[in-house]
Amino acid sequence: MIPLHDAVPYVAAAYTVFFALILLYLAIMSGKLGRIERELGELTELAARRGAGAGDRDEP
Amino acid sequence: MYGKRLRTLALTTFAALTLTLVLAFFWAPNDADQGFLQKIFYIHVPLAIVTLCGFIYGGVAAIAHLRTHDSRWDMRSYVAIHLSLVFGVGVLITGSIWAKGSWGVWWDWSEPTLVSFLLIMLLYATYQPLRFAIEDPERQARYASVFAITAGAFVPINFVIVRLSTAYLHPRVLGNVSANLPGRFQVVFYLSLVSIALLWITLWRYEMTSKHASAQLRALRRLLAGEDEEQLPRRSAVPTLSLETASAGSAEGGGGAR
Repeated sequence: MIPLHDAVPYVAAAYTVFFALILLYLAIMSGKLGRIERELGELTELAARRGAGAGDRDEP
Repeated sequence: MYGKRLRTLALTTFAALTLTLVLAFFWAPNDADQGFLQKIFYIHVPLAIVTLCGFIYGGVAAIAHLRTHDSRWDMRSYVAIHLSLVFGVGVLITGSIWAKGSWGVWWDWSEPTLVSFLLIMLLYATYQPLRFAIEDPERQARYASVFAITAGAFVPINFVIVRLSTAYLHPRVLGNVSANLPGRFQVVFYLSLVSIALLWITLWRYEMTSKHASAQLRALRRLLAGEDEEQLPRRSAVPTLSLETASAGSAEGGGGAR
């Protein structure tokens, strides 16, 4: 049987890799979510400008 | 409605993973041969199984895409393969760490399970470049689906071939479950398998939601910019969805990801 003190670093490394990979994936996805939010803000602004422009044209 | 389901799924996954870790370290005994090092198997083996199942699902979704010509199936296939590649990297690294601890080497080229898994990973590593190489979105989706089906069929064939090979060095966790995994080992292993599968499903749905939201935004931007400014989407490996398709997907719950 492999001694405990020899096995601990390997087990710790394997679990660290697993969680680091998941966190990295989530971090990348968060970046994408931030971009979606930014684009949504731009589109809201564009729609608001269009709405304001249409309102100006409707006025006598 | 969809976000609420995703949150529930994420919380369930978190609870299952936490329970798995607690049971693996504080309830399951140490293996007689491997000792504490065997704890690596509770993530390494389920990760490998879920990765291979993810590749197969990618192929199944690709079949549905070719049958229906619905680009949402292409997106499902794309996300499944993409996510399985990430999980596959985890399998290779955790496997290498275990090999170093148990065999004294990071990699053994004479071991069929390791090499066959690497072959599958290398095969799927060409999926994204293949998509990116094709500019026309429809042709890209069609070719990618053919690739996903062929590669997806290769996965179980490869698995069977490795099982039939005689030079066994790699421990068989699922070969003869009752003999290899007694009592508590079995409980923790299956719980771990469920947890990792839940993690895969959660991340898959998360990415599907993100992709659909991006597609809807792109389509909305084109609509708001006016017909005159409508442009072809820039070259990308990511499947293209129209506004109608993306909206239908979101209404379904992230492309049918219930």
